[in-house]
Amino acid sequence: MAAVLTPNSLVPERWHRRHAGLVRITHWINAFCFTLLLMSGLQIFNAHPALYVGQTSDFSRPILSLHAFPSWITLPSYQDLATGRRWHFFFAWLLVLNGLVYLGWGFARRHFGRHLLPRRVELRQIWREVLDHLRLRFPRGDAAKRYNVLQQLTYLLVVFGLFPLMILTGLTMSPAVDSAVPQLVTIFGGRQTARLIHFAGASGFVLFVLVHLVLVLVSGVWNNLRSMVTGWYDLYNGRTTHGS
Amino acid sequence: MARDRLHRRDLLKTLAALGGLGSLGGLAIWDRDRLSKAPRFRAVLDEANSLTYRTQRRLIGADRLAREYTEADISPVFRANGSTDPQDDAYLDLVDDHFASWRLKVDGLVERNLSLSLAELRALPARTQITRHDCVEGWSCIGKWTGVPLSVILSRAGVKPEARFVVFHCADTLDDGSGGFGGADPESIRYYETIDLIDAAHPQTILAYDMNGKPLTVPHGAPLRLRLERQLGYKMAKYVMRIELVSSFAKLHGGRGGYWEDRGYDWYAGI
Repeated sequence: MAAVLTPNSLVPERWHRRHAGLVRITHWINAFCFTLLLMSGLQIFNAHPALYVGQTSDFSRPILSLHAFPSWITLPSYQDLATGRRWHFFFAWLLVLNGLVYLGWGFARRHFGRHLLPRRVELRQIWREVLDHLRLRFPRGDAAKRYNVLQQLTYLLVVFGLFPLMILTGLTMSPAVDSAVPQLVTIFGGRQTARLIHFAGASGFVLFVLVHLVLVLVSGVWNNLRSMVTGWYDLYNGRTTHGS
Repeated sequence: MARDRLHRRDLLKTLAALGGLGSLGGLAIWDRDRLSKAPRFRAVLDEANSLTYRTQRRLIGADRLAREYTEADISPVFRANGSTDPQDDAYLDLVDDHFASWRLKVDGLVERNLSLSLAELRALPARTQITRHDCVEGWSCIGKWTGVPLSVILSRAGVKPEARFVVFHCADTLDDGSGGFGGADPESIRYYETIDLIDAAHPQTILAYDMNGKPLTVPHGAPLRLRLERQLGYKMAKYVMRIELVSSFAKLHGGRGGYWEDRGYDWYAGI
């Protein structure tokens, strides 16, 4: 929505439509799917809580052997691999379809090129941005209209790195998919390595979500939540603008 | 400004939306065990398995082979899972006479019933394959299997046009005592499995009598087990006694097409 031109228009613009409707809807579907996929994934992992490298499981030499994850974080809470798999594959399908809608829209609207691809000047500010983040200083006004370079790079990494990695390593564990695309097993260095990467990728996702949530909290939680629900973002996060 | 009021009021909208979403998600997680056991909800989740089945059947050619490995890749320790030492009297008798009196029965929707001894099976065309076995639990082992392609047996028996599934009736009783979900009959806890005719015709679908160059041992399903290389381990019935062709498995045991399927596992285990 363009700013209305009135005699008042010298007053800096405060309200910015930050997130398109499709981004907001797919974001929340994603958040829901992620939670259930993580919890059911831990249920599946608990059926054999050890990880290996290569095609097969050398039971005497796991790369990592863990205690089972506690019931408060698994889906279902009691041990039941069959049901964990049902939840997992149902929400994996939903996540993939949701992701395809998001990608299709994003490419059609040039969302990625315009909003997520850092410009050269933005890349040069990366260290200042890191320092600002550490001091919990976040941009205001016009500078807050665009994602900052750390957001851009992180979102690009998640959308085009972590998500495809999780889906591909997940598919590599499917013996039927392996017959159709044997290259997948080769690329990931074996089915058990794919399982290991799937687990590591899930851990990476958890890390991303934790950092994401902390930053949502410290950079104006209501403003952030409002913009992800209604689209509208207060460029001054409740403070007065320079001009008024 | 009016706009400020408008967007501050958006806070209410935000709270309402997040409250709604949060309580929906929170309820789903809080109530996840009850949902997990509710038959209607399970049926909804099960739609994902039939979507996977249809998608994989559409995208993956019926003759695509599972990767075959070399002798060097064979796992030194191949874990045996499920039944590993059946205590059924009839089976113990067979073990005692080294399966001399064992016969593979083929019946149901076929032109000719068959009854084949181990020697007769070994005289049929054979296939040897070194393949990866993926357990639903997550682990994998590689083994070398020799056996008769199921298609050879089925063409000898002659499959009637109305047949849609192959049932493997096994010798072992695997009692987990739970009775399972969805009306599994607690009386019938004999292992069984079903596959479709596409997998039945697949060149790597064999009835294996040898593992790593030696006759199958009891833990691995002696005297005969199914190898179904594009699905998970629980589909590969061990201790096979009888093969039956059916048009539907709805009336068999728990009605879901397999021992583990009657206990909640997916019928299609290609993933």
